[in-house]
Amino acid sequence: MKYLMLVCTDPDYTPGQDDGAPDVEDWVADTDSKGIRLMGNRTRPASDATTVRVRHREVLLTDGPYAETKDLIAGFDILECADLDEAIDVASRHPMAWAGAIELRPFWPVGED
Amino acid sequence: MIRLTGGDWDLAEECAQDAFARALQKWPESGVPDQPLAWLTTTARHRVIDRARRASTEAAKLREVAAMEPVPPCASDSEIADERLELMFTCCHPSLNLDAQVALTLRSLSGLSTAEIARAFLVPERTMGQRLFRAKQKVAHAGIPFRVPPAHLLPERLPAVLHVLYLLFNQGYGEPQETRLSREAIRLARVLAVLMPDEPEVHGMLALMLLHDARRPARIDADGNLVPLDEQDRTLWDRAQIAEGTIILERVLRRRRAGPFQIQAAIAACHAGAPTAAQTDWPQIAGLYGQLARVAPSVIVELNRAVAIGMADGPEAALPLVDAISGTGELDSYYLLHATRADLLRRAGRVAEAAMSYCRAADLAPTEAERRFLQDRLPPRPGGGCKPAGSGPGGQ
Repeated sequence: MKYLMLVCTDPDYTPGQDDGAPDVEDWVADTDSKGIRLMGNRTRPASDATTVRVRHREVLLTDGPYAETKDLIAGFDILECADLDEAIDVASRHPMAWAGAIELRPFWPVGED
Repeated sequence: MIRLTGGDWDLAEECAQDAFARALQKWPESGVPDQPLAWLTTTARHRVIDRARRASTEAAKLREVAAMEPVPPCASDSEIADERLELMFTCCHPSLNLDAQVALTLRSLSGLSTAEIARAFLVPERTMGQRLFRAKQKVAHAGIPFRVPPAHLLPERLPAVLHVLYLLFNQGYGEPQETRLSREAIRLARVLAVLMPDEPEVHGMLALMLLHDARRPARIDADGNLVPLDEQDRTLWDRAQIAEGTIILERVLRRRRAGPFQIQAAIAACHAGAPTAAQTDWPQIAGLYGQLARVAPSVIVELNRAVAIGMADGPEAALPLVDAISGTGELDSYYLLHATRADLLRRAGRVAEAAMSYCRAADLAPTEAERRFLQDRLPPRPGGGCKPAGSGPGGQ
């Protein structure tokens, strides 16, 4: 199964909550070598975002993120896992699960109800 | 079944129902097969394959069905048991919220209908139907595995299953009329105990349920009032069930891996084993609560420990402990804190303070039976009774 792994920051981050967290380079090397991480990257902050809408056939642009939230999404990865348990295990070993939060979204393959 | 349908809960359910319908037709003529569960499962699995075959028009689907062909028929009833265990862990997967876990467990593992589950949890049937629908969808879409978690995950996953089953039990225990949920919880706990014989807490929980449930006939009097433990007619207790619970508990305690359920069961066994309320071994119970506070610290456990100390050493010994708990403010809206304090104050002869605490407790009591019980405890005084709800001492 494929999962989109959204890497998010914690607005209430308190220094020390991620003491002892694994190193992200190790995480990437490990998941890449096992064929779990198909791709992924950091993303620039919300201030660099552009939101695109088409209304009445007109392209409307907004400077900033879609949701009026603090800068939450810091990056993403695409995982290929056997099941949710494996995806949870992989996510929990990412340092941002300690410093922030990780949301796992299963892919919805085209053609499936 | 659910694995075979690729996580399609409803298709699995439909095919199972078909199998039951066929059994109703065939068994009266041909007799009940030697392995009735295996017969039903095999029949239901064939239904799934038939349905998939009929539904598949695309080549890809056909390949899928081909891959499914070598489904071995179910040889014996004992094979089915393992699937129930898998189902239990799937329903109680921590990625589902607790309400969904409870509903899904009941719907999948008990004979209760959606309407009955909705009634038990006091929500409209539609709401419960949607909750179940969403939960089933998530199991299928999110890739929640259908299996018993591997050994390294068990310590974090098994408590979720126990929690759900115990919640079910309590849901049925609080309401005198709602005995069905408790019985279902006990039945499922028995299944779990057979399937996971090496997990001490499973047996501890089963023992705890049996011991609590054995007292049920004495808990409510003819007028529907709650009868406190020390006033219960002990001849009404189910002795056979107490014996069973006690044996299970003694056997599991010998493994010396005591957890919260086993300790709570040991406390329940102290009560169940006392011939009269006066003969209750309160020092032992106080000690057990101390042990419970170490393995599963909580302010509720502290409160119960204070009650036991109050019984073992007198109200003066317990009041400072209860006052310390009150001081944290954590249980301020918990009626049993005020009821406990009221009882200790009454026994210490501080009648006026006791009355205030009884009123506060009655204001906060969750059921009518409990409210009546607390109001009946009010010491007689001019004007009697409580002020209108909400205006009691400490009220908002």
